[in-house]
Amino acid sequence: MSKIILPATIEHLENLVGFVSECARKTGFSNKRLKEIELASEESLVNIFNYAYPEKSGEVTVTCFSQKDTLLKIEIMDKGIPFDPLSLPEPDLHADLSERKVGGLGIFFIRQMVDEIQYRREDGNNILTLTIFINKAV
Amino acid sequence: MEIVYAKEEKASVVSVSGRMDGVSAPDFEQKMVSWINEGESNFVVDFGSLDYISSAGLRSILVTAKKLKAKNGRLLLCSLKDTVKEVFEISGFSSIVPIFDSVKAAVEEI
Repeated sequence: MSKIILPATIEHLENLVGFVSECARKTGFSNKRLKEIELASEESLVNIFNYAYPEKSGEVTVTCFSQKDTLLKIEIMDKGIPFDPLSLPEPDLHADLSERKVGGLGIFFIRQMVDEIQYRREDGNNILTLTIFINKAV
Repeated sequence: MEIVYAKEEKASVVSVSGRMDGVSAPDFEQKMVSWINEGESNFVVDFGSLDYISSAGLRSILVTAKKLKAKNGRLLLCSLKDTVKEVFEISGFSSIVPIFDSVKAAVEEI
């Protein structure tokens, strides 16, 4: 298990995503899967940067549980206002250029890139857990 | 992320390398908007050295494409790496913005 705690602001995106990516690399994921895991992590983190702390600053804690050559579980926790990213609507993927809305893709990418996703509110924390298996059951 | 601009006869060729994420995407959008405001209307964006793109990157491309459409301009993309192409495909963006295999093929289309 390894953990990183940083202020929940966009300036720390690179450090946080880099941390997850390094955990994923050690777990044994291919370069292609690393990029997918980075994408799911960035989208989860940016949601927290944007929504968790509207009136004050706060922190985000990312914890990686790794089983080498098997799976990576990423737990992303903040102490912000209750926010379940899984409640966000799916974007309309078929709209053309003039109708296509800016945004809404973040949660879609998270769902696409990980095998299991779970949200829970616990002791004043938002906890989002993403699980990715090395051998994805298709 | 690095952005290199080259003014060619038929189009402005913008080469983007590195990562287009929540930190760097606004920079891309800002530069594109300033070139559009200077009067450029046909753009080929070369993603041949782009390693990673997130929804923030797609958002900046969508904003730019919409601006150009309003001015009867065009935004064409080319040379996407596999991981970047995958993001365009699953998000449906590959049907919003034309994608070509090379800078040459994209410039010829304009």
